[in-house]
Amino acid sequence: MSGSDSIRMEKLSYSVGGRKILEDFDFCLDRGVNRTILGVSGAGKTTILKLLLGLLPPQSGRVCIGDVCITGQPESIFSEQRKRIAIVFQGGALFDSMTVGENVGYRLFEEGRLSEGEIEGIVREKLSFVGVEEALNLYPAELSGGMKKRVAIARALAANPDFIFFDEPTTGLDPIGVYNICNLMQRLQAEGKTTLMVTHDLATAFATSERFTFLHQARMIFEGTEAEMRASTIPEVQQFLQPTKESLFV
Amino acid sequence: MNIAVIDKIMLNFFAELQGWFALAATTFARVFRRPYYYREFAVQFDKLGFSSLFICMLTGLFTGMVMALQALVQLKPFAATSYVGGMVAVTMIKELGPVLASLMVAGRVGSAITAELGTMVVTEQVDAMRVEGTDIVKRLVAPRLKAMLLALPLLTAAADAVSLLGGYIMASGYGINPTMYLKGIPQFMVFQDLIEGLVKPTFFGFLIAMTGCYVGLNTRGGAEGVGNSAKQAVVVSSVLILMFDFFLTKIFVVFRG
Ligand SMILES: Nc1ncnc2c1ncn2[C@@H]1O[C@H](COP(=O)(O)OP(=O)(O)O)[C@@H](O)[C@H]1O
Ligand SMILES: [Mg+2]
Repeated sequence: MSGSDSIRMEKLSYSVGGRKILEDFDFCLDRGVNRTILGVSGAGKTTILKLLLGLLPPQSGRVCIGDVCITGQPESIFSEQRKRIAIVFQGGALFDSMTVGENVGYRLFEEGRLSEGEIEGIVREKLSFVGVEEALNLYPAELSGGMKKRVAIARALAANPDFIFFDEPTTGLDPIGVYNICNLMQRLQAEGKTTLMVTHDLATAFATSERFTFLHQARMIFEGTEAEMRASTIPEVQQFLQPTKESLFV
Repeated sequence: MNIAVIDKIMLNFFAELQGWFALAATTFARVFRRPYYYREFAVQFDKLGFSSLFICMLTGLFTGMVMALQALVQLKPFAATSYVGGMVAVTMIKELGPVLASLMVAGRVGSAITAELGTMVVTEQVDAMRVEGTDIVKRLVAPRLKAMLLALPLLTAAADAVSLLGGYIMASGYGINPTMYLKGIPQFMVFQDLIEGLVKPTFFGFLIAMTGCYVGLNTRGGAEGVGNSAKQAVVVSSVLILMFDFFLTKIFVVFRG
């Protein structure tokens, strides 16, 4: 499988200000296998997503999208390849000088291949898919946290990507909001999108992914299915699944 | 302070300088390439340029008035008060107009550019744009640079014009009529002064826009980081304006021989 239809990270190291965030990290996201990367806050989960997208330059190792190795290349070279991937940032990262409609249609407007009418049709369709059609002409500042995330998902969908990254999509949402996001992710998977989520929310992770990667102190300490994870004897993984007294203040 | 600390500060300084020049070079390389983002340019011109008109005119008015007042007091004993128009014009158009208008704009607009871009960075909007395939230099930096390059000379011209008016208000109190006032101007100035007085603000506009964008795009660390960046951008661009005012003047003087 790990041919042209995957996003890979090979022997990747990344540090900020002398502090190692990732060390010798290998990771592969194959088309059709939905994954979650788990780890405590500050473990470097967001950093992994940004490295995979070529938004940050690694100190060593490389990232490949399909057949194209993007590390060390200027953005203009791999930006076409990267369009196969969309990301839903933690806070939504909606452009706050634009309306919801302009946000969702952003890439289509930029590419300028479609007429305004066609773009509006797509925008409405994506907004109704995530259930916030009524927000079309609102500005991001007028939306609730859950709506922002759903609009961000609609924006990610507008470009029709193969892979969608989710950065802590359920953090800070009420249970209904969490359910909504979970449901959306499952519907996307049913439509053939491959999802990669980073989170520390186990329930959402188990509901939406087949394979799990556990990040601890800059390294991958576990990779496998839910059953393998529950059966794992690695203490950090067990602590994460069922925090006990021993996990206080570690 | 030991040598290691100095070393670190110097390294930091040169890294920032290098980053600044790299951004400026990239912007110049891409500013004439499609897409041009006309709408963004128009928005920025309105937001950065037109909205500063009032404050620049106010600055011009009072500076012109005070320059005239000072000149009149000095000239009166020599019965040379008719030269006041020329003295106001030469100081305002060559020096104070460009510098004061640019300093006002640096405070008002430099910080606004930095805060806006900084907020976009810390809320990951810039990352989101990049993922959408947008060249952020073309989309965010170039329109702001173009807006400043066009707006600042115009604002300076407005400040200069109003300062001459302010000067006349004071001069009229000393019995100087408009003809006398205007006649004094060419006695002190040549056409080249006018050009120099517009080249300076164009260059300062470049400094303000590039510093604002560079500091904004390199913002780290949430809301506090945005605040720090805005403060830093104003300080750096103000100092750069004063420094380059000297260097530009020196260059102009040398070229005149
Ligand atoms: N620009 C930066 N400067 C300094 N430290 C950073 C920077 N970006 C990230 N970090 C550090 O990298 C670590 C990982 O960050 P992140 O990937 O955002 O974690 P997570 O998403 O898992 O919560 C954090 O501990 C953070 O302090
Ligand atoms: Mg994060």
